[in-house]
Amino acid sequence: MATLQTRATARIMMSPAVILLFLWMIVPLVMTLYFSFLRYNLLMPGTEEYVGFLNYQYFLTDPAFFTALGNTLLLVGGTLLITVIGGILLAIVLDQPFWGQGIVRLLVIAPFFVMPTVSALVWKNMLMHPVNGLFAWIARSFGFQPVDWFAQVPLFSIILIVAWQWLPFATLILLTALQSLDGEQIEAAEMDGAGPISRFIYLVLPHLARAITVVILIQTIFLLSVFAEILVTTNGGPGLQTTNIAYLIYSQALLQFDVGGASAGGIVAVILANIVAFFLIRLIGKNLER
Amino acid sequence: MARSVTTQRKLIFTIIGWSIGFLIFFPILWTFLTSFKTEGTAVATPPQFLFFDWTLENYHEVQSRSDYGKHVMNSIVISVGSTLLGLVLAIPAAWAMAFSPTKHTKDILMWMLSTKMMPSVGVLVPLYLIFRDWGLLDSRLGLVAVLTMINLPIIVWMLYTYFKEIPGEILEAARMDGASLMKEIIYVLTPMAIPGIASTMLLNIILAWNEAFWTLNLTAANAAPLTAFIASYSSPEGLFWAKLSAASTMAIAPILIMGWFSQKQLVRGLTFGAVK
Amino acid sequence: MGSITLEKVSKSFGSTSVIPEIDLEINDGEFVVFVGPSGCGKSTLLRMIAGLEDLSGGRIVIDGKDMSNEAPAKRGLSMVFQSYALYPHMSVYQNIAFPLKMDGQEKSAIDKKVKDAAHILNLTNYLDRRPGQLSGGQRQRVAIGRAIVRQPKAFLFDEPLSNLDAALRGNMRLEISDLHHQLKTTMIYVTHDQVEAMTMADKIVVLNAGRIEQVGSPLELYKSPKNVFVAGFIGSPRMNLVEGPAAAKHNAVTLGVRPEHVQISKTAGLWKGTVGVTEHLGSDTFIHVQTENTGKITVRTDGDFATEHGQSVYLTPDPSRLHLFDANGQAI
Repeated sequence: MATLQTRATARIMMSPAVILLFLWMIVPLVMTLYFSFLRYNLLMPGTEEYVGFLNYQYFLTDPAFFTALGNTLLLVGGTLLITVIGGILLAIVLDQPFWGQGIVRLLVIAPFFVMPTVSALVWKNMLMHPVNGLFAWIARSFGFQPVDWFAQVPLFSIILIVAWQWLPFATLILLTALQSLDGEQIEAAEMDGAGPISRFIYLVLPHLARAITVVILIQTIFLLSVFAEILVTTNGGPGLQTTNIAYLIYSQALLQFDVGGASAGGIVAVILANIVAFFLIRLIGKNLER
Repeated sequence: MARSVTTQRKLIFTIIGWSIGFLIFFPILWTFLTSFKTEGTAVATPPQFLFFDWTLENYHEVQSRSDYGKHVMNSIVISVGSTLLGLVLAIPAAWAMAFSPTKHTKDILMWMLSTKMMPSVGVLVPLYLIFRDWGLLDSRLGLVAVLTMINLPIIVWMLYTYFKEIPGEILEAARMDGASLMKEIIYVLTPMAIPGIASTMLLNIILAWNEAFWTLNLTAANAAPLTAFIASYSSPEGLFWAKLSAASTMAIAPILIMGWFSQKQLVRGLTFGAVK
Repeated sequence: MGSITLEKVSKSFGSTSVIPEIDLEINDGEFVVFVGPSGCGKSTLLRMIAGLEDLSGGRIVIDGKDMSNEAPAKRGLSMVFQSYALYPHMSVYQNIAFPLKMDGQEKSAIDKKVKDAAHILNLTNYLDRRPGQLSGGQRQRVAIGRAIVRQPKAFLFDEPLSNLDAALRGNMRLEISDLHHQLKTTMIYVTHDQVEAMTMADKIVVLNAGRIEQVGSPLELYKSPKNVFVAGFIGSPRMNLVEGPAAAKHNAVTLGVRPEHVQISKTAGLWKGTVGVTEHLGSDTFIHVQTENTGKITVRTDGDFATEHGQSVYLTPDPSRLHLFDANGQAI
């Protein structure tokens, strides 16, 4: 493979993708970084000036930031909790032989393919509506007071919707990992007298550990920037109750036109995501070596 | 695994499995059913499940009233366009990395991956300004460009893992047999890689179709794909459940079917080959 | 025609030298086997001849023409790969026809050549199948078919039998030797298995750590190995190599004697020892003897020799068949 000719060709063939991606990464990032040190409001053009870390100071000391940070963590953490635990259970069920396994599998993964705006609207209007929603009807049928989801537990409602979208992803990956578990290993453990629970703890869980880590890291990347679901259901409200970092920056940039402040926020978001990415990339990189 | 399974055990898991599957799928099913109801039956209490007067009225209405066709076209152009453009950029790159690796190949791959991890909000502001200054706001071209760059790392990675599975010796054999580089790619590599390229394409069309950050922020009336179109039902039209359902069904049906076909590749694509 | 000359050919990856300078002459029609332990550079050397790897130095001359920087396709060589490297999406027919198609030959000419090759290789009934539907031996034959239709100046084989089971390997060995007699084309064959080398080669090139240890016919290597490495590598079971006083008696540092050249007796002999494991192969018996002063010695004797574990025996090496080596491992 490795002759000088092929190597030269390889370099040429790689360069368009590499160069474009590099520009795509570096240009906006540098611009964001630059704007973050400016006072820059689209409503007041011509008043740009260097303000040092003032934007960061404002952004990081703004109570809205802490609320948004808290909401982001709750949203990510809550969704992860539901999807990982639910995903493990579901994967185990789907791994058992039963009639119509293939079809059930298709049903379970379906939500992942639903566009975020659709799932958010369907849940908000048709399922969680306090009067006409299906949940309200179920609650009333059992004699309970229906929950007004987006007024009483807005963040939890969003977590529920997002978890519904990501549960299939977790399930599918964990199921794939589960199916690669060596059957003879399980049989050997059975011969050694391990019951179902100890088999799960000592064999299945360690085998799934890698897949679980992958699920957590990848979902975290995506969940940190949940946006459409919030935009179409609550617009970040009531108050700031469902505003996460992504939505906060969006509202600062495109609703308040505060480019400097939004850019500072953007850099903060990049740093937060990088902390997660650091671990994910190391994990995948390790995998690449085998 | 040669394990005998008792019928009883199988029956129990059939019941559990189907119940869970039904519950998870229910919101989609419900949307589908509601799309055939009149607005009146849609909000009826108690809810009507199957025995109502089925009507196609909503589908007619959605299509006639709201430039639905334009948004579908936008979605198709943007998702297919960005995927094809991505493939054109990624196939040569993945070819090079898989078959002529250097000591930097791994670093380049990891770096590509890392660009995917950059949160979109981090670059929202400059991109919005660039788009505004270049007149790309609310244009299909602009969105195709952005989605190409967003999904390029995934495309490269997926193709790379597929190409990696093609033994290098086969390409060397072609070279010994007198094939030029072009012929090697046309007669040997491409036919062998077609399943991989096809699933890469499928998954990326799905991802681009459902992308809902840039499509919402960079479009208005003209270039808005279905994601943005549906978002406009947010209020007050969201109260028209039957129409919302009809629009939603049409927006998700094609992609859901594609998704079902590509479920195996999904895992590989979204975990960058870390789980197969 | 197919003579190949390597002149001061060398290969290094970065700063690590894989093959220091090698000179080698391969005559037209010769069956040459490169043999050596894994990692000795034999495959790299073959790939350099094929043009799949660059030379770091030196020249490769094929039929009098310098081909060092020529693309693989232009060198007029065919190669059979370890994994066979068949094109999985093409039928057997298309696989064999591929090099001819790349050469731009006429359809009818291609058809005839493919059918001839299929006939020679017993593949006529399988021409419509895909490689995935064939057995290992059949795939191997398709790979050979693809190589012979081009009528190359030389065939290159890269460990072609290592993926076959033992019985099939024996068969294919014969088939390849047969083919060589039929075609009389130069063949270069890489293997780590000295049995393949001994049975097939006109000329064996023993490689170790990128260097040529010895070049010669199978019997030359067997009878007069130039050094300890070749002595230990060629022949099965391995030559017994003894150091210490037994060797010093012959003014050597290492004394070698093949298992078949050691006399075993239950009553008297030069070295006394006890029987360890005995391997009965039917035709032969290998007896591993732990001697008192000269370490473990393997003896090859006829199939009926009866011993018991732990029995005392006496061994006597045939004095006319001793191999003596100096401190550098070179034959004296």
